[in-house]
Amino acid sequence: MAIIEGIKIGCQKIQPSLSSEEAARWLWRDLSFNLEPGIQLGLVGATGTGKSLLLRAIACLDPLDEGEIRYLDRPLSAWNLPLYRSQVIYLHQRPIMFEGSVEANLKAVYQLAINSHRRYDPHQVRDLLETFDRHPDFLYQPATNLSGGESQLVAIIRALQLEPMVLLLDECTASLDPETTHKVEEAIAFWLSANPQRACIWTSHDPQQIQRVTNQQLILSPYVG
Amino acid sequence: MSDNYLSLSYGQLGASVLLIIINVALSIQLRLGLERSLAIASLRCVVQLLLVGYILEWLFALDNPWVVLAIALLMAAIAGISAVNRTSRRFAGIYWRSLLSVLVSAFLITNLSVIGIIQVQPWYNPQYLIPLLGMILGNTLNGISLGLDRFMEGVVSNRNGIETLLALGATRWEASHKQIQTAVRTGMIPIINSMMVMGVVSLPGMMTGQILAGASPLDAVRYQIIIVFAIASASALGTLGVVILAWGALFSPSHQLLSDRLHHITKN
Repeated sequence: MAIIEGIKIGCQKIQPSLSSEEAARWLWRDLSFNLEPGIQLGLVGATGTGKSLLLRAIACLDPLDEGEIRYLDRPLSAWNLPLYRSQVIYLHQRPIMFEGSVEANLKAVYQLAINSHRRYDPHQVRDLLETFDRHPDFLYQPATNLSGGESQLVAIIRALQLEPMVLLLDECTASLDPETTHKVEEAIAFWLSANPQRACIWTSHDPQQIQRVTNQQLILSPYVG
Repeated sequence: MSDNYLSLSYGQLGASVLLIIINVALSIQLRLGLERSLAIASLRCVVQLLLVGYILEWLFALDNPWVVLAIALLMAAIAGISAVNRTSRRFAGIYWRSLLSVLVSAFLITNLSVIGIIQVQPWYNPQYLIPLLGMILGNTLNGISLGLDRFMEGVVSNRNGIETLLALGATRWEASHKQIQTAVRTGMIPIINSMMVMGVVSLPGMMTGQILAGASPLDAVRYQIIIVFAIASASALGTLGVVILAWGALFSPSHQLLSDRLHHITKN
């Protein structure tokens, strides 16, 4: 059974044109896909084909104009969305750090009602930091001063510590050096292997990365209709 | 009405124009470019006030509850619309949300003060109702437009932060709590500040007016306290109301931030 299933989904982009009328155009339409357990799916398509939008729609951050997305065989509308999003985590291309230290950022997610039954685990975080070759002192740096790459690392740790079932990785290594990128890929592979019911979707500007890490690809082409 | 004050003639009003002419002369001399707006503002001020004076004279003489109510509604509607017009962003339905917040908060608090506290007989006595409502509306309008503007601004400039929280499982309330808090605080700052220094830095206009009209300062102070509390509570209610209503418009029940609904307007 597929973990996430898209059934004939479509999404329009509204472009405020020069005239007062707003023109809507389909980014993609009639799109169906299955995300099977254990799969790393790559989203491939030129800029502007709506790769990010598709990931955001799967995370239910943007509404669909047509069709339906199902998670564990239930439509998203039937899910308590905070619960769904704590299991299917979308990682933004430009991660936002909350005010405070790196550690405060990692702890912040435990203050959300949906995670109230969980506790911040320093050991787990230390292990994750080690995976990425970061000294434990990294935790005490002010998060808002981090570089783009370091922010991406914190965002990945912030998501991985919640042990989600699906990760939607939107250019999540774009600001990282090749070495750290490899470490992230390994960490994702390790997270995936820890539970056979997990899966993830990647977008990347680097076709080699898609070739390297994903074992299935979904190709988005400009919608003509 | 006590006759403890000096009535002013139109000649005396004319003389006060000299005060503005001093400013106009200064502006021309120093090339500040303010003379035009000063002249327009002074003219508008005179015309509007004279008009209000005549309307109030008429209203007091008429002594009809329905006319008082109609005028009160008109005042509230103007306040609700002006509150939105001072903000720099719009979304569909912003006007009725502002109107509703103004109406509910101002009418609730005005009625509580006029009927419940001051115990005016009859309740619609325009001598009390209209000036009190005017003061409450003026301040509620400020609170609403500041709070609304701050909230929309906060949501736009923190869009990524809000969506990051949503993506990690936050409810729409958790994700935007900070923006709600800041907006309500911003709306409340003017009235809190003015209460802090009331009587020390500034003598409130209403109290000054009553003293000029011959009321004893202690009586004037009592009125001032009631009205300032009424203003504070109406501002708080109105600001909170409009921010929550705007929040409901910008965040969907499926915990999505509908930032497409917000658009910026260019002001001249």
